[in-house]
Amino acid sequence: MSRSTEVFIIGGGPAGLSAAHVAARLGAQTLLVDDSARVGGQLIKQTHRFFGSSNRDAGIRGITIADKLQQDIKDVADRLTVLENTAAVGFYHNKEAGILSQNAYERVTYQSAIVCTGATENSLAFENNDLPGIYGAGGVQTLMNVHGIRPGQKILMIGSGNIGLIVSYQLIQAGVEVVGLVEGMPTIGGYLVHASKIRRLGVPIYTSHTILKALGSDGVEGAVLCRVDDKFRPVPNTEFEIKCDCICLAVGLTPLIDLFQQAHCRMVHVGELGGLVPLHDSSMRTTNPDIFVAGDASGIEEATTAILAGRIAGARAYESVHGKSAEADTIVAEAREELRTLRSGSTGERIRWGRERVLKEVGEC
Amino acid sequence: MTSLRIEKHPVLSFPERKIVKFYFEGKEYQGYEGEPIAAALHAAGIKTLRYSPQKNRARGFFCAIGRCSSCIMEVDGQINTMTCITPLAEGMQVKMQKGHGYIKP
Repeated sequence: MSRSTEVFIIGGGPAGLSAAHVAARLGAQTLLVDDSARVGGQLIKQTHRFFGSSNRDAGIRGITIADKLQQDIKDVADRLTVLENTAAVGFYHNKEAGILSQNAYERVTYQSAIVCTGATENSLAFENNDLPGIYGAGGVQTLMNVHGIRPGQKILMIGSGNIGLIVSYQLIQAGVEVVGLVEGMPTIGGYLVHASKIRRLGVPIYTSHTILKALGSDGVEGAVLCRVDDKFRPVPNTEFEIKCDCICLAVGLTPLIDLFQQAHCRMVHVGELGGLVPLHDSSMRTTNPDIFVAGDASGIEEATTAILAGRIAGARAYESVHGKSAEADTIVAEAREELRTLRSGSTGERIRWGRERVLKEVGEC
Repeated sequence: MTSLRIEKHPVLSFPERKIVKFYFEGKEYQGYEGEPIAAALHAAGIKTLRYSPQKNRARGFFCAIGRCSSCIMEVDGQINTMTCITPLAEGMQVKMQKGHGYIKP
């Protein structure tokens, strides 16, 4: 079996859905595949309200944004095919890719591809870090907010970035006791507004601390924490035990980049973006001219920026099939302006720095 | 069904679903049809899903979205099944995977 499409999109999260919507609305025949049972990406478990920007999704819950994106693509159903439970398994020469669904394999011929594979959760090195009961923050959100099951009764949160802070609050909403939040840095990583919420609810926040080991043999029974010095070395004789039945790791994400490497896109390591990312220009085009990138796969950020980058990639992918379009230019200009606003200020500093590095590499900055 | 199931939530509501029977290591359990096998096991208090090949260490799920393979088990005889994304169905036989698992010749 084989299929043919103009624009081929891998991944139905905020980036992929937005790219599909734009490409199809501009007039491109578009195919989107997603390996999960339902498109929406990780938004389907995000119950918190997004900051967004003045004209995009400010104060809206992630789950509502997911509904909106799922609704949007219905408007372009005549030009957009969505295949759920379908994984892209590889790129071939001559603009061909392989997709796999329910053990049936098909080839896809495309003119332009947009890869929005997202990211995978990081673990952390400490003794017993493989015990059952130690979960990624995204895993905890899925269990609790999608499937309605608490991860345990008492949880210890590692990492005070926005994900650690937000998921701690969501755990409390679900009726789980958060016994503490551990942060290696001397200050909280995420926004103060999120930290204040959980602090008001009495969650102890241990800055300049780390987890030395998890206790238990067939499951988590507790953890040993200690103070760290300014070089993150454990300070002797500061160890103490804390009782819990699960541990949540909110220690960052790494872009999922296998498909780019396999398609011979040039990669660059940028710590601020989460590790190795495909080199790309401001049109989100990689060094393989037929392949675009958007969302966390191009650098770890959040859903609002993924939506905007997806719109840029969707518009440019449409143009690479159908030629220059004033409407596409307008979409790109608007998205760039919104991105500039979202990434401004001190909170966007790391991302700006990381993105500048990528653009410098392709000679755009 | 158990205390780990969320009954009341300030933002979310969880729809009523069909209850199905399944078997873990031969013993009968209940879960909701269509929820991931690992979720049903977790709600039933089962967190150890397999033992690692080299050091025989207990392992549970980690990412819950089918990325990390920490949750692989033997389901209806099929080893290496990612139970965090495989929907639960009536009568499923779920077993812990020991090491690399065993394929019947």
